Amino acid sequence: MTRPALTDRPPAAPDPPRRAGRASGPSRRRRRLGVLVTITLFVLPALVLFTLLVLAPIALAAYTSLFKWNGLGGLPQNWIGLDNYTRMFADEVFLGDLRRGGLLIVLSLVIQLPLSLGLAMLLNQKMRGRAFYRLVFFAPYVLSEVITGVLFTMILSPEAGLANQILGTVGLSGLQSSWLAEPDTVMMSLFLVMTWKYFGFHMILYLAGRQGIPKELGEAAAIDGAGPWKQFRHVTLPLLGPTIRISVFLSVIGAIQLFDLVWVLTAGGPIHSSETMAVTMFQFGFKRSQIGYASAISVVMFLISLIFALAYQRFVMRRDTQGAITTMGDQR
Amino acid sequence: MTARAGERAPGRRRNLPRSISLHTIVLVLGSFVVVPLLFALIGGFKDTGQLSTNPFGLPSPWVPENYTDVLFSGSFWRQIVNSVFIALATTLIVVGLSAMAAYVFARFAFRGRELLYTLFAMGLMFPFAVAILPLFVLLRILGLLDNPFGVILPQAAFGLPMTIIILRAFFRTIPREVEEAATIDGCTPFGFFWRILLPMARPALATVSVLAIVASWNNFFLPLVIFNDPNWWTVPLGVQQFYGQYAAQTAKILAYVVLAMVPALAFYAVAERQLIGGLTAGATKG
Repeated sequence: MTRPALTDRPPAAPDPPRRAGRASGPSRRRRRLGVLVTITLFVLPALVLFTLLVLAPIALAAYTSLFKWNGLGGLPQNWIGLDNYTRMFADEVFLGDLRRGGLLIVLSLVIQLPLSLGLAMLLNQKMRGRAFYRLVFFAPYVLSEVITGVLFTMILSPEAGLANQILGTVGLSGLQSSWLAEPDTVMMSLFLVMTWKYFGFHMILYLAGRQGIPKELGEAAAIDGAGPWKQFRHVTLPLLGPTIRISVFLSVIGAIQLFDLVWVLTAGGPIHSSETMAVTMFQFGFKRSQIGYASAISVVMFLISLIFALAYQRFVMRRDTQGAITTMGDQR
Repeated sequence: MTARAGERAPGRRRNLPRSISLHTIVLVLGSFVVVPLLFALIGGFKDTGQLSTNPFGLPSPWVPENYTDVLFSGSFWRQIVNSVFIALATTLIVVGLSAMAAYVFARFAFRGRELLYTLFAMGLMFPFAVAILPLFVLLRILGLLDNPFGVILPQAAFGLPMTIIILRAFFRTIPREVEEAATIDGCTPFGFFWRILLPMARPALATVSVLAIVASWNNFFLPLVIFNDPNWWTVPLGVQQFYGQYAAQTAKILAYVVLAMVPALAFYAVAERQLIGGLTAGATKG
């Protein structure tokens, strides 16, 4: 978790030219050629796939976003400059997408991540059944968003849904609601499902981060008279910094591109009240054949993610991301 | 060992109330996770009437038809086969290509290496949702709609960054002496890669393969736009379609959902170590 590996030079990389230097001229050239061929043959397939299916689509979106285009026929013809973008920022639904995305990010950071962190600290203690609980909390992450979504549509259904049944049984029928069918409650319900699905993932991240902190530090703090809370506040929490920053990063990026869960739970409704950028993009791109406008939404999503990612890396994560993203944990 | 046990015994007695409250918190949260799953499992054995009159109890009578209907339907198994095929093909491609590229990035020095590597690493920041629409346009031009490779190839392409990053970090840990010894014994670069590096990297390959399989298995957005033909539908598409078709018959849908969960949960039970190790080490994009 600690050694940055993204930027430092590989200690093990051999230096073929120097070794080849002992050989005579023509053989040396053949050798260098061989290395060049190896490099090309080994990197090219990945590079082609990556360029064609990751980089090119983003460039294509930028291009088509400048046209009014229904997606039919060859290339788009009707150039309209930045009109799609001005239209987007005057569109209440799109502006609402930004607000709702912001709300989900705030809720994740203020509720879901602290919950995951607290739980990870609990499960880090010696307790019976710890491994089992860990297994259970993480299980929802393995299920697909669609399965989760359909399951919770049943649970939150206004008629015979489990949520209302439970509230009715414990005498809280005043709290019964139509959950996903009600503009006032739909975002809370969506966030509840997101928490169910993802808090175990963040918990696992924190647990791994916590286990990477040497025991001696806590013990030393205890000897110096720090109680459990002080130990957590002044030893554990600062040392969890890299893990927390990664977890925040993933939450934000996840919220920016949220689609599957929303699409299955509400399809963005009722009356756009749970729509996200990706859902709006899908509606225009695949349902209403306004490819140009939908491309513009894609581009804005991309720019938001990119600017966020770069700024976050630059100002918040600095070098520690690289350690957290790239090292192999215990398998290193 | 003895000293630690000696310390722990009194501590344990003192902490009994604390231990109870600890268990209470964990149990409450655990039931938050488990109750929906149990509700689905048991609910699948009820009929829709029972679900509203008897939501919490065990079914009476038990109605196994919801499950057996699904198990005897061809489309369910068809979706499983499609999902398995797509997941395996994606994994093979992404792990194969990434291993080759990561080998070069880890063990060759050449001009532009870091630039090229950074280009791949930047891919981590590109959300899949961003590229889906242009990808659709592109795949239509390439004639890959309603073709499994229309899903497999983009999935593999988007899996490259993470897989390359993890594998390169692992390949670097293999000592240079191993490679020198192999070269002296007459190994070509390819021979070293194929006969020595890959076998040594088995744990890392297992980790990235598990990550690729799970990501592919759960992918919904891409198959949703690529597959119109029900013969190619994957499990998530099948669940969504079944839900649309039987919206009023809750019990039937619950049974379908439960059966659709089984492969993922079974895989999780088997590959938990690789999955969690890979996610915590690789901190995926989601």
